Amino acid sequence: MPTMNMLQAINNALDIAMAEDEKVICFGEDVGIFGGVFRATSHLQEKYGKARCFNTPLVEQGIIGFANGLAAQGSVPVAEIQFADYIFPAFDQIVNETAKYRYRSGDLFNVGGLTIRTPYGGGISGGLYHSQSPEAYFTHTPGIKVVVPRNPYQAKGLLLASIRDPDPVLFLEPKRLYRASVGEVPEEDYQLQIGEADIIKEGSDITLVGWGAQMEVIEKAVELAEAQGIACEVIDLRSLLPWDADTVAESVLKTGRLVVSHEAPLTGGFAGEIAATIQERCFLYLESPIKRVTGLDTPFPLVLEKEYFPDHLKIFEAIRESVNF
Amino acid sequence: MMIRYVHQPTFLTGDELSISTFSLLDPEGELYSGAEAPALEREHARRLYQAMLSTRILDERMMAAQRQGRLSFYMQCVGEEAAVVGATAALDDADMIMAQYREQGALMYRGFSIDEFMNQLFGNELDYGKGRQMPIHYGSRKLHYMTISSPLATQIPQATGYAYGQKLAGDGQCTLTFFGEGAASEGDFHAALNMASVHKVPVIFFCRNNGYAISTPAVEQFAADGIAPRAFGYHMHVIRVDGNDVLAVYEATRQARKLAVEHNHPVLIEAMTYRLAAHSSSDDPSGYRLKSEEETWRLKDPVLRMQKWMLKKGWWSEEEETQQQESLRRDVLETMKRAEKRPPPSLDSLVSDVYADVTPALQRQFDQLKSHIRRYPEAYPQGARSLDLTVKTPTDSKGEA
Repeated sequence: MPTMNMLQAINNALDIAMAEDEKVICFGEDVGIFGGVFRATSHLQEKYGKARCFNTPLVEQGIIGFANGLAAQGSVPVAEIQFADYIFPAFDQIVNETAKYRYRSGDLFNVGGLTIRTPYGGGISGGLYHSQSPEAYFTHTPGIKVVVPRNPYQAKGLLLASIRDPDPVLFLEPKRLYRASVGEVPEEDYQLQIGEADIIKEGSDITLVGWGAQMEVIEKAVELAEAQGIACEVIDLRSLLPWDADTVAESVLKTGRLVVSHEAPLTGGFAGEIAATIQERCFLYLESPIKRVTGLDTPFPLVLEKEYFPDHLKIFEAIRESVNF
Repeated sequence: MMIRYVHQPTFLTGDELSISTFSLLDPEGELYSGAEAPALEREHARRLYQAMLSTRILDERMMAAQRQGRLSFYMQCVGEEAAVVGATAALDDADMIMAQYREQGALMYRGFSIDEFMNQLFGNELDYGKGRQMPIHYGSRKLHYMTISSPLATQIPQATGYAYGQKLAGDGQCTLTFFGEGAASEGDFHAALNMASVHKVPVIFFCRNNGYAISTPAVEQFAADGIAPRAFGYHMHVIRVDGNDVLAVYEATRQARKLAVEHNHPVLIEAMTYRLAAHSSSDDPSGYRLKSEEETWRLKDPVLRMQKWMLKKGWWSEEEETQQQESLRRDVLETMKRAEKRPPPSLDSLVSDVYADVTPALQRQFDQLKSHIRRYPEAYPQGARSLDLTVKTPTDSKGEA
């Protein structure tokens, strides 16, 4: 099986989707001949022509407005927003248009063909505007799906599933892992089920839940915990909207303890949603309060990035506190 | 981009260029001297005029119904029928229309039935939109009319995208998007025009410059000479047209369509017109404009202007006019009664179409809601109608663990 980094896996998925269906069209800022600032769309213009892979003017609201119309027409647009930090000019098009197209028309029209790809997350010295994790803004929006892969294998399978999904998908790519995460990725076409969590590791003492780049941080914390004899169950949600509450609830019914971790700020973060749901569904089985290990309620810092970050040590401490409650 | 150096500073304001207004029919329904009527067949002209007249009558009746409290909300097209119907008549019936909200004339022209209008206005079980949107948010897949969305200008970049898809599909269709001069202040407008020009998209941007954005007059909306000059900034074809002259609107749009479909040139059309009605049933223009101003525009009534031309051509008669007005008024009233009595959409339509399939989380919420409605059916009469109240309600007060 070939080894790929996450960018190569994403590029490979786009290549497969474009080869298979001429309605698949990739565009965004710098995605044309340059192949995107991270090179996720490398060689696609050469292979499929300027009509199907092209640069757009620098206007995020225009990119998503255009993509909505194109999807409504029956094409399968894969629009790139260069950084998730810059998605907000397109917020209206995503929240009021993309998400409501099918509902408001009574299913006469839909933009289910649309996939919005965007790199998110910190740990790359990106400061306020190249580090944000805006998932919670979008998980509050019925009508779109929000998908986050953790490694190259997941990225390829989930991106192919997103492109072919009958609903519009916001595909958040952990940019810290673009080149850092390398793994075996099948050459051929495959899809991973959107809405199904992945139990990475089974364990009986405590459940850890995360997604995207945070999974490797959680796994590092788990190594520390396991060394102290704490058996951890690790779950990658993979999809935040919809999210697989059943798998998490089942795990917590077994372990009685839950730690959720994400990079985004604490207040209003998606961990709050998970905690609320799990306490509803597992109340009598909980052995300790559900813990959230997240970013602070500040903008994403630069020099003090390490201090802000919900790193493995903070997660490890949360595990200990939960187990020793 | 051509760079031509000069050695004295020169500032330009755009006033160097004055944009004229294309007009064929004067307010008396006579062709201006030197003006040539477009090649419009008798039957086509009748279809066009009838759509204008029907739109006027529908608006009159529905506004009255709103005032009687039968309808929650309404928006009239009064004064802008020529702009809307004239543009639509110049398109192929399979071209996509992405409208703002005041363009019911386009649907009327394409054959949306009075029943279809009423079902949407009353949000009953036959409404294509399943009673989810306020009145006047029509949509029709078979008539290639995109469902209306309240946020302003969002449809404009979507029209660019839709038309780009049409261009790739190569089926010779284009998209026309309607919007007001107020909506043209939104960022989406600029994004849409720029992208259309850069990517050579067969789209027609049709601005109804009707003088007002709710209460804000055009002079407080922009400092420039209307919307038309903006096209130069995008290197786009543009024409300004007398929006109350249906022949001029028709001809301008017909030629714009040729530019779009045959040459992939996007076109901006600015139709100069006037919103004779209030912004909506919730608005009262007496607070922001003079009756006398409205009167000067009543003299330029686009429906009367076309009627006069039709009568002179012998393509329409006073008897037909009376007969159509009467039969349509009757039809609207009868259809309205029918639509009002129809049941609301079923409770299931509350959760369908959010996604292609109902998600497990939403299904859970829906099951809980149904249990609740079964306990208090009187409190939720619309939803309770379609719910089988005899089904046992599971007790879940202890949570689910």
